[in-house]
Amino acid sequence: MTKPESEWTWKELTVGNVVLEPGNASQYRTGDWKTLKPVLNKELCVHCGLCYIYCPDMAYNLSEENYFIADLFYCKGCGICAKECPTGAITMVLEEEK
Amino acid sequence: MGKRVGMEVSIAAAEAVKQGNVDVVSAYPITPQTHIVEHLSEIVANGELDAEFFCVESEHSALSVCVGAAATGARTFTCTSSQGLALMSEITYIVSGLRLPIVMIVANRTLSAPLSIWNDHSDAMMIRDCGWIQYFVENGQEVYDHVFISYRTAENREVLFPAIINMDGFTLSHVIEPIEMIEQEKIDQFLPVYQPLHRLHPDHPVTMGAFALPSIFAETKKAQEVALRSSMPKILEVWKAFGDMTGRYYRPIETYQAEDADTLLVTMGSFGETASVAVDQMRAAGRSVGLMKIRLWRPFPFDDLKKVALRAKQLVVIDRAMSVGACGPVASEVKAALYGSDQRPSVYNFVAGISGRDVAPPDFIKMVDKAEIEIGEGNKEGYELYGVRE
Repeated sequence: MTKPESEWTWKELTVGNVVLEPGNASQYRTGDWKTLKPVLNKELCVHCGLCYIYCPDMAYNLSEENYFIADLFYCKGCGICAKECPTGAITMVLEEEK
Repeated sequence: MGKRVGMEVSIAAAEAVKQGNVDVVSAYPITPQTHIVEHLSEIVANGELDAEFFCVESEHSALSVCVGAAATGARTFTCTSSQGLALMSEITYIVSGLRLPIVMIVANRTLSAPLSIWNDHSDAMMIRDCGWIQYFVENGQEVYDHVFISYRTAENREVLFPAIINMDGFTLSHVIEPIEMIEQEKIDQFLPVYQPLHRLHPDHPVTMGAFALPSIFAETKKAQEVALRSSMPKILEVWKAFGDMTGRYYRPIETYQAEDADTLLVTMGSFGETASVAVDQMRAAGRSVGLMKIRLWRPFPFDDLKKVALRAKQLVVIDRAMSVGACGPVASEVKAALYGSDQRPSVYNFVAGISGRDVAPPDFIKMVDKAEIEIGEGNKEGYELYGVRE
């Protein structure tokens, strides 16, 4: 997808709306669904990776400093990571408009 | 000229599917469509047609299998009636949205309740808005011919829509008629191997039937709407090519004795042949009556209809289905087509022959009599269920 779908005109659509580019769901920003975002307190993090395992959207990635960080482009804000974190290192905070 | 053979229309339909070299047949038997699917299963089992024949557990699955098969690029056929079409209805919208050129014969039958196996158009009207090309045919020859016509039209790159051939259940499906069979070489020339635009193939992964958000849904429907309306020239072109091959030319709106007629009967399906007998009788009695037959139901031929209808003083539209709480569905369309014209004929609407009740030439004459009297008395938009005992 070269541009957001809200910019496509009817004339540009493929016959039957066939998606010709495999795997382009990765370009779909599910991050704007959330109202709460996970914030990690690195002091408490024990690098166990449970947030990474439980995340239903596979939004967590391992950073170079060995922390699991949620990619907010995909994170829908469900809060499962915060609920499962054994040390309480993740807090869900209201995402405010910038 | 091909060989003329006396055969049951359902058998002729199955033979046409064989001659059309279909790759996949998926259907579930239901009266009065049963003989088509039974004969096709024999044809495939006997090795006369190299196709996959899927025995499914329901019509919902029958059409779903067709979707999958057509998505891989197979030429695909199904057929059903009534409750079976109701069970398929969910999938009918998906087929047209995905632009898969599946061809389906519907042996038209009444929808329950009350339960009835006989003919009317209530099943076809239930899925009127499903986005398929929809033909109504008048006799067995037209059923046979339209199998080839439908595939060539549906599979055209500028069309790519599924097509339904509506034929009246029992009235056509179970009668023996002389059918002029077309030589196989001619069919092979007329109907080349299907070349799909997109298809499911592991070497070229694509997604079909993806989710659409509100931000793009209307655009997809606009594209579908424009494509179906724009398929009209191709529909006409295929009919012309078929006529050049066989001498049988078809039009979206066909007429009989309509040129100078003050009163026009308007019919769809097998009513047309009976009504033409009634027209002959009324003409012999010196009455100015003609007949207009709607062959193409979707895309609806508004312009062709207007050309014929605007010459008449009154139309007597005979529907074979009800839209309970409104008027007959054909009459609604005819009225909509004429509304923009200043000098438009009166439209008197009868619903007749529902659930297979016989409508003979004298009945058409009675309907014309009644309409002419009522319109003369100022009731210009009458609507009634014909022949109901008071």
